[in-house]
Amino acid sequence: MLVSIYRYNPETDAKPSMQEIEVEIPADKDLMVLDVLELAKQKDPTISYRRSCREGVCGSDGMNMNGTNGLACITPVSEAAGPGKKLVLRPLPGLPVVRDLVVDMSVFYKQYEKIKPFLINDNPAPAIERLQSPEDREKLDGLYECILCACCSTNCPSYWWNPEKFIGPAGLLQAYRFLADSRDTATAERLAELDDPFSVFRCRGIMNCVAVCPKGLNPTRAIGHIRSMLLAQGT
Amino acid sequence: MVTNATSFSRSGLTDWLVQRLSAVVLGAYMLCILGSFVVHPDMDYEQWRALFAADSMRIFSLLSLAALCAHAWIGMWTVGTDYLTSLQFGKGATSIRLAYQAICILLIAVYLIWGIRIFWGT
Ligand code: SF4
Ligand code: SF4
Ligand code: FES
Repeated sequence: MLVSIYRYNPETDAKPSMQEIEVEIPADKDLMVLDVLELAKQKDPTISYRRSCREGVCGSDGMNMNGTNGLACITPVSEAAGPGKKLVLRPLPGLPVVRDLVVDMSVFYKQYEKIKPFLINDNPAPAIERLQSPEDREKLDGLYECILCACCSTNCPSYWWNPEKFIGPAGLLQAYRFLADSRDTATAERLAELDDPFSVFRCRGIMNCVAVCPKGLNPTRAIGHIRSMLLAQGT
Repeated sequence: MVTNATSFSRSGLTDWLVQRLSAVVLGAYMLCILGSFVVHPDMDYEQWRALFAADSMRIFSLLSLAALCAHAWIGMWTVGTDYLTSLQFGKGATSIRLAYQAICILLIAVYLIWGIRIFWGT
């Protein structure tokens, strides 16, 4: 199978290039893209990429496969490229490239940090733990599962244009995760931080984020909830 | 909190609301104009003048003009802050964006004043 891989070392290369590598794949097997990448790396050990868990848990191998963002370790080649087609691997779009398929996620994490991704509660801690009813706990489903792979934010045009100002789908999903948490008491402060023309309102609702989330999460819906909360508070 | 001095209201929520409400006003106005063509398929100039001479129509027209101006500014501002940034233009981006915003504001102000004169002038 022919694999085309984005190669770029900003320190030595004037511009990025695509390297084509022929990889032998067992005929009866549908490998994951990450497996193919490992085979390619055996041929050319200088190829760089991140990976750790190889089972869709750590979020480190988010990349662009034939034009679609996803986790290489849980995306079958048949799904990424289709039968007999070339597999084209590029880094996540919109972030600076450190080397080949490895991108600099600093700005992505900065947006995550901005939404204060931790429980804020000024009430004195109870003797054992802060309890939550099963109903309140249920409100966090579809939010807490995010692995911060950045597939969604780097698929969002609004995030490409304003990565420093628009929090992006991943950060906003987490913002709502804490807004929705019954144990968090900083709701008003959190909302006040979001009521500017960029942080939330750059979302144009085109749902590119939803289309690629490997965890099946829905950032657009969470953004809608944040907007409703801002509306309820601001009118 | 990301601050911005040139957005319509400084608040993302207010901008968002104004954008939606102004769209509703513009939609209603459009229907009203189209409706009057349906009701008077052979409208002549005198009837057309009489339509816009009524106070209710003058208020509605002016309201729609104000809605159009607000809607246009929020939209143009958004487009400008999406595409005219340092990502595309490097160091010169601020001057380019500022010039673009100034031209937009100026045009919108001219249309607003001109429109008031047309709808409410003698
Ligand atoms: S729905 Fe919003 S956050 Fe998601 S991709 Fe579109 S603009 Fe970005
Ligand atoms: S919402 Fe989905 S795509 Fe976005 S960072 Fe979280 S897991 Fe990844
Ligand atoms: S290697 Fe951990 S998510 Fe793919």
